[in-house]
Amino acid sequence: MLLNLKNVYYQTNSKIILQDVNLKINQGDWITLIGPSGSGKSTILKLIANLISPSRGTIFYQDKDISSIAPAVYRRQVSYCFQQPTLFGKTVEDNLTFPFELRKQEVDSQKIRQMLSLVDLDASYLTKKKSELSGGEKQRVALIRNLLFKPKILLLDEVTAGLDEDSKHIVNKLISSYFKRNVTILEVTHDKSEISQAQHIVKLEKDGSLK
Amino acid sequence: MNNLAISNWSLIFAFALVLVAMGISFKEKLGLTKDIVISVLRAVIQLAIVGYVLRFILHVNNLILTLIATLIIIFNASWNANNRNPNKNRKLWNSIVAILVGTYLTLAVLILTKAIKPVPMQVIPITGMIAGNEMVAIGLCYKALDTSFHDLEQEVLERLALGSDIKLACVPILRRSIKTAMQPTIDSAKTVGLVNLPGMMSGLIFAGVNPVNAIKYQIMITFMLLAATSLGAVISCYLAYRNYFNNEDQLVLY
Repeated sequence: MLLNLKNVYYQTNSKIILQDVNLKINQGDWITLIGPSGSGKSTILKLIANLISPSRGTIFYQDKDISSIAPAVYRRQVSYCFQQPTLFGKTVEDNLTFPFELRKQEVDSQKIRQMLSLVDLDASYLTKKKSELSGGEKQRVALIRNLLFKPKILLLDEVTAGLDEDSKHIVNKLISSYFKRNVTILEVTHDKSEISQAQHIVKLEKDGSLK
Repeated sequence: MNNLAISNWSLIFAFALVLVAMGISFKEKLGLTKDIVISVLRAVIQLAIVGYVLRFILHVNNLILTLIATLIIIFNASWNANNRNPNKNRKLWNSIVAILVGTYLTLAVLILTKAIKPVPMQVIPITGMIAGNEMVAIGLCYKALDTSFHDLEQEVLERLALGSDIKLACVPILRRSIKTAMQPTIDSAKTVGLVNLPGMMSGLIFAGVNPVNAIKYQIMITFMLLAATSLGAVISCYLAYRNYFNNEDQLVLY
């Protein structure tokens, strides 16, 4: 088993967000997480990404408690994509060289160009300022920033929300291609067409428990 | 030196200047009257004690006593700098290390280059100047760190989510904070002599030293403060940003 959430609870000062969540994810699964707003869908993804820790319960990755794995090493394998990503630095290039920088590897410009072409952006985008990009273009750049190095698990937090149909199609095509390359996917979505095509649906109730 | 003696009566009359500040506070309903009274009382008591203590230390001229005096200055500066840190997870030792290293390194260079002599009359006032400026710079650094972490929270989270270590995730924040901390010292170096005649130089001129010689000291002070505030800001910043993360390298903001 790749990922195992065991009796996971999460609460902030006074509010219980998640309660007694148990979820098992195998290598090669594509799981779609649905539920009403405020039911804790994004919280589950952030917990799995180890950006926050459960108040109670344990998350196991390849049978190891994720709190015992070096955070940076773990997060390179379990990659979290935000709903409204922030591009950093000044240009698109700053964002796409960062995954190499953090791994202390030489930047592979060829690979960056290839990835850009996969999301219908040409090399001229590299020097574009982040402020010049549309929402859809930003999301595409952010997504390939996560995928330049193939993760084991891809956590997608409503990444197609608010995108035009073209961008949505491009993003979904890229995600599917990574799924075919054996990347496990856990996505949160409200998109009806995405839900209708989902393989496994997991529903969160309003009280933060799993159905 | 006789024209430097200030009588107690002169001081009492100078107190009228404090009444001006209190009058403004009262008239404009600033609610600062109590604060002004407390600050004036503290200033008078603290300076009176320091005056007698310094007279004793300068008279005894003992290395250990001088060292203790500098450590007390460093601790007080660190305590105050730490109190300016808005982070709930602040740690006093961060400020102590930053000010201690910044002050002693700068002092060592000044003594080794014979810019100052290792005597209490020179070491103690210079320590006060260095630690005081570092205290202000570090306080600014802490405030900038806190504001930046709140402003750039999403960016830090994205960098962490990509698998960055916390230091790399914070590079923009560290740069911004160190820059903020050093800016006043750099600005004041740009305008020194044009806008303000700094304390050291004014003091020497007051004491009858030739202004050209007084300027040499002021140039040394300018160099010294640039070095000390950079050291203090860099060290405190690199220590204090870690307080925004828990053991699992998760960003914790309150």
